[in-house]
Amino acid sequence: MKTLQSGRLAALTKYIYNNSPFYHELLDRDGIAPESIQSIDDIVRLPFTTKNDMRDNYPFSLFSTPLNQIGEIHVSSGTTGNPTVTGYTREDLALWSTVVARCLGCAGAKPGDMIQIAYGYGLFTGGLGLHYGALEMGLTILPMSAGQTKRQLKLMQDFKPRILACTPSYALSMAEQAIQDGIDPRESSLEIGIFGAEPCSESMRAEIEDKWNILAADIYGLSEIIGPGVAQECTHKDGLHIFSDVFYPEIINPDTGSPVPEGEDGELVITTLTKTGSPLIRYRTRDIVSMTSETCKCGRTSPRISKIKGRTDDMLIIRGINVFPSQIEHVLLGIEETEPHYQLIVSRRENGLDEIEIQVEITPDVFSDEIKQLERLEGKIKAEMASVLSLSAKVRLVEPGTIERSMGKAKRVIDNRPSQ
Amino acid sequence: MEITQISVFLENRKGRLNELCSLLGKNEVNIMALTVADTETFGVLRMVVDKPEKALALLKENGFTARRTSVLAVEVGNDPGDLAKIVRIFDENDANVEYMYAFAQTITDKALLVFKIEDFEHGKKILLENGVTLISMNEISS
Repeated sequence: MKTLQSGRLAALTKYIYNNSPFYHELLDRDGIAPESIQSIDDIVRLPFTTKNDMRDNYPFSLFSTPLNQIGEIHVSSGTTGNPTVTGYTREDLALWSTVVARCLGCAGAKPGDMIQIAYGYGLFTGGLGLHYGALEMGLTILPMSAGQTKRQLKLMQDFKPRILACTPSYALSMAEQAIQDGIDPRESSLEIGIFGAEPCSESMRAEIEDKWNILAADIYGLSEIIGPGVAQECTHKDGLHIFSDVFYPEIINPDTGSPVPEGEDGELVITTLTKTGSPLIRYRTRDIVSMTSETCKCGRTSPRISKIKGRTDDMLIIRGINVFPSQIEHVLLGIEETEPHYQLIVSRRENGLDEIEIQVEITPDVFSDEIKQLERLEGKIKAEMASVLSLSAKVRLVEPGTIERSMGKAKRVIDNRPSQ
Repeated sequence: MEITQISVFLENRKGRLNELCSLLGKNEVNIMALTVADTETFGVLRMVVDKPEKALALLKENGFTARRTSVLAVEVGNDPGDLAKIVRIFDENDANVEYMYAFAQTITDKALLVFKIEDFEHGKKILLENGVTLISMNEISS
């Protein structure tokens, strides 16, 4: 494996140096001759790539391929300003199909099984990623996309899929709807659930497994790397197998950038060893995990990462969508031209779906005597949030001084969801 | 001829109205008329008091978001049809009433009507033209 990784890293370094203006400049800046990278151990000499680099090079300057060679583009929400863009060549799409097919196999899918894909299709990588993998593996695909829960349940009853792929919160929400409609989800045809795009705690997993009477396996990925298909839990559910032949993982101390000893928590850094469209070296995922190289009970020898234990930034994942408090601040600044005090309250409803409430302190300047003006303000904030976050948020105007301040600085996020 | 109404933003939170009333009571501000308009999450309290400047200062010092609004106040007989006579004047003269509230007074046996008119000057003019007597701040501050 090491020989394979070393050969791929050496080739990748030369490739990006010759094809990506961004990396060419970066390696020159650090005085790294691409030929000097010979072994996978040399990777520590290479610079990191960050989300900011992607944003600064929006839309295509990080690509290593001319745009006419790109077969598909995916976009994920950025912090403030530009989103991050990933370009897939046809080879990358083939790679994506392969790694997601591996995930499906890892979770126990077999060719001929029917899979109901209830991830959103579109710029979000969840739907199409699972679709390509299922196609590659020879599954029968029910490309539902997210939403239309009653219809999902109807087709599930009529077509009898064996596998469901969606966010864990949507799986819970579907079970809730089924029970309401008098359908017993435990009696469904489902045997396997592949859940990702947002953290799923062990207790949430237990709840899903109990409600649906299925095996629920975590899938991990991020659009900058490829989307779903970076790592996957097997039926033993003891960590996620990361496909290190193509996505080389390192775990570092986020403050120093140095590797942490095996088994300790740190930031996951990934190098895409074989991508050609928009390959990344040492991409800082900002996800905190630990990693082990012990062979799994299933026999697979790939390293395994833990479930995500936290983030190095303040990003929240709500219903599979990445939300940064800074985005919300940006919207509020745009509306009132003064810095408003706000707080985000994230909670999980009984049906398993997360919801976000934005409390905004009303200032004497914006306080109107008329209810309709205040409601208009609430509505305006809500509409702006929906367009920026692609997420509907509750907006609640509160009295000045009611938002808790610690050390003079307002506490921006209250996350009432059960801990991961 | 015009009355200073005080509007206060109120969260729908237990005890908040009590805090406000106690504060004014303790400082000898008398509330002559009061109404609360509320939505699912917040409310706006509107009131006419005898010492509006003092009330505003107190509210601000104590962390309430408050502002003043000019409204028209009319005293009418406490009999059926009295309110209709006034409202008809607004209607016939295209004056938009944003909101209003009424208060029956026990001492004079008259009702106090408070109107917020979109175009304040227009509202005032038509009432005076129709011979309606407007209450002035002096009468309230007594």
